[in-house]
Amino acid sequence: MVVYGVALLAFCMLFGTYLGDLIGTLIGVKANVGGVGIAMLMLLVLTNLSHRKFKLSPPTESGITFWSAMYIPIVIAMAAKQNVIAAVSSGWLAVAAGALAVIASFALIPVFSRLGREQPANDSEG
Amino acid sequence: MLMETLTAALAKNGIITAFVFVGVLAWLSYWMSDKLTRGYVHGSAIAITLGLVIAYFGGLSTGGSKGIADITLLSGVGILGGAMFRDFAIVATAFGADFEAIKRAGFVGAFSVVFGVVLSFAVGAVTAVAFGYTDPIAVTTIGAGAATYIVGPVTGTALGASSEVVALSVAAGLVKSVIVMVGTSFVAPFIGLNNPQSAMIYGGLMGTTSGVAAGLAATDPKLVPYGAMTATFYTGVGCLLAPSVLFLIVRALLN
Repeated sequence: MVVYGVALLAFCMLFGTYLGDLIGTLIGVKANVGGVGIAMLMLLVLTNLSHRKFKLSPPTESGITFWSAMYIPIVIAMAAKQNVIAAVSSGWLAVAAGALAVIASFALIPVFSRLGREQPANDSEG
Repeated sequence: MLMETLTAALAKNGIITAFVFVGVLAWLSYWMSDKLTRGYVHGSAIAITLGLVIAYFGGLSTGGSKGIADITLLSGVGILGGAMFRDFAIVATAFGADFEAIKRAGFVGAFSVVFGVVLSFAVGAVTAVAFGYTDPIAVTTIGAGAATYIVGPVTGTALGASSEVVALSVAAGLVKSVIVMVGTSFVAPFIGLNNPQSAMIYGGLMGTTSGVAAGLAATDPKLVPYGAMTATFYTGVGCLLAPSVLFLIVRALLN
């Protein structure tokens, strides 16, 4: 049933969000720490387990893949609700701080990629 | 009467209206990608950019902070594009991701998160000093805003920064996320952003969930789960480091 997939996905997200909030509270931070990341790992582990023991049926899988395919439309909606006015009209300090942070971060991606490949554990291409 | 009834029907069924809105926007964008750029600029990159342009005009006409979603008729766009559906869809992209690739890049991915927070913070803080700020609390808050627009206000509130400085930090974070959304697909070929490992590093260094989500969607949707995985830890790490260790360092340096 399609709803099994949707429910499994929803359960993973709720559990991850809960754990992320708990971690945040434990370390005294007013934010969710990695909730979505935890949920993703959980979904990966659960679906890989069930592939071995009891395979997810195609309708169940489609309950997850539908939302995966809805990702880009949701991101488009997300773009359309951004506070672009505040970003554009905030003065040069905000623009400079934001832009320079992005440029510095972009520049370091190749450096880190090389770093990752040089680790002894990473004998194959990442 | 016809128009009033239509408006009421569209507003009442907000999310459904949003489906049509996004569908039309996506169709138009893919058509433009095909006809105007011959597929060179990806359709989703155009759609995201158009979305931002629409958000600009929405904000201009309503004076609100939620882009086009402040128009009652399109309030559903705010729900569809809100954090709940965004995170739900991000989690769904993990289905079918390569677990081995994530494990292989785990260490460098985690390292990139911590390094990314410190890097963006340092760049933002130095910029604030260059613009004449000398108060450690203001410098720290603006630096935190350059990490993400959530880390900024959380840090500012914790340290007791003025509302003007907090607003500035949010703006810096917004600028960052908008540039990441639009710019990623253009710089991707030059920085080797074409495999799970570099996507995880990218997510960790950028950290803005919305920026990373849109940036990777426009570059290669297959990379989304890897970048999103690390990016979701960024804001938490930022909220941990900025008001504590990083603030102490800033205060020591400025005094």
